[in-house]
Amino acid sequence: MADEIVELNDGTDDLIIVGIQRRGVQLAARLVSHIAESEGANVAQGALDITLYRDDLQTVGPRPVVGPTNIPVDVDGRRVVIVDDVLYTGRTVRAALDELADFGRPMRIALAVLIDRGGRELPIQPDIVGKRVEINPDQRVDVLVNELDGRDAVVLSDREGAA
Amino acid sequence: MSGASAPLGKDLLGLEPLTGEQIKLILDTAEPFKEISERAIKKVPTLRGATIVNLFFEASTRTRISFEFAEKRLSADTVNVTASGSSVQKGETLVDTARNLEAMRIDMVVIRHGASGAAQFLAERIESNVINAGDGTHEHPTQGLLDMLTLRDHFGRLAGVKVCILGDVLHSRVARSNIWGLKKRGAEVAVCGPRSLLPNAIDEFGVQVFDHVEDAIDWADALNILRLQLERMQGGYIPSLREYNRVFGVSRERLDRAKRDVLILHPGPMNRGVEIDSDVADGPFSVILDQVTNGVAIRMAVLYLLSGGRPELAESAKGASR
Repeated sequence: MADEIVELNDGTDDLIIVGIQRRGVQLAARLVSHIAESEGANVAQGALDITLYRDDLQTVGPRPVVGPTNIPVDVDGRRVVIVDDVLYTGRTVRAALDELADFGRPMRIALAVLIDRGGRELPIQPDIVGKRVEINPDQRVDVLVNELDGRDAVVLSDREGAA
Repeated sequence: MSGASAPLGKDLLGLEPLTGEQIKLILDTAEPFKEISERAIKKVPTLRGATIVNLFFEASTRTRISFEFAEKRLSADTVNVTASGSSVQKGETLVDTARNLEAMRIDMVVIRHGASGAAQFLAERIESNVINAGDGTHEHPTQGLLDMLTLRDHFGRLAGVKVCILGDVLHSRVARSNIWGLKKRGAEVAVCGPRSLLPNAIDEFGVQVFDHVEDAIDWADALNILRLQLERMQGGYIPSLREYNRVFGVSRERLDRAKRDVLILHPGPMNRGVEIDSDVADGPFSVILDQVTNGVAIRMAVLYLLSGGRPELAESAKGASR
């Protein structure tokens, strides 16, 4: 995936890799270190928490935990790659695009996800995908990362009452 | 208090009714909101479409503007009502004013009122969320919270931090909110001031009492210096402002004699030369302007946590959580 990001953006110039809270942030950090190894380039890294941009706040109410948003560099005219763990309805990415627009006007925004599970509700498609899976709406996919969960794994499970 | 959709319940009336966990949630939620005020575009769409009325029956600059910034940075629509120039002057009661506003389909009311209990009185009678922005001598919860956030920023924790509230505790809603909030997060709290300006039942608050400001400064990690309202002199609570300054004023010399550095807080507006000297207010240990900055983040957090959440719709929306 790291190689694809470099290829898609014709190198690492002006590149910013932005992870979506929470697990997208760890994945973004890994992509940045992969690129540092293979290309010898230090790519800027950021984090977005899209909680305040959700379109369902009035229905589900506030999510108590809002994580930090940190865009360390000016995004105007640069190439941004948004990184998330699982792409499902596309609503998170919609919110992330809105939030990024409040920071400036990047030259290009691309989307990289580890898992694309289908089921889109918005016209949003990823540019770079780790793995595509077709699963039922009553199942859920969770990506576990070592930094937060103690191990790296992708877990498929039946959806329990509370998501 | 209906679960996750209303983590604080309908209203924020004071810190006394909240649990330590709820207070921690507000402080933690305020952290990410600090960053929004540092952006070039200081606005997120979170409360888009929500209408908030700021109902200020008492004069206020800082608190009203701070709430207004918090509301605007969350994209809410706001209306300011002050007692002068409104139908309140014509003798309309508080409840009638609020019911009329509610008939215009508002979502939240921020109220500042001279009578203790006004916010609760209103909260029990209207459906909108009510936020207490100071009621009489009762509570000023968002001030207490922003003081706590400022202390936590500086010390990295609240548990075990020694905070002395200095001055007119008797008439101070800020003192009450600080005492309730700080104690619930494990801080040690003391008060210091002339006995005429301390409540008779101060023992029931479970705080230490200092009669000499020197002892308070020796004990404390932080001083929260209250404004001495100038009309207290006419009320016979203190002999003169000059004497108050000589006995209880926080001066550079008094701080220099202390064993360690003491953080200086003041809720404003300051009477320089009365309760606080200028070289203390502008000195290296003053976090008075940090308090003001944190005030916007705290109020954004409170508005956010009280907003939205229709539990009956939550079930159907859960599927779209990603």
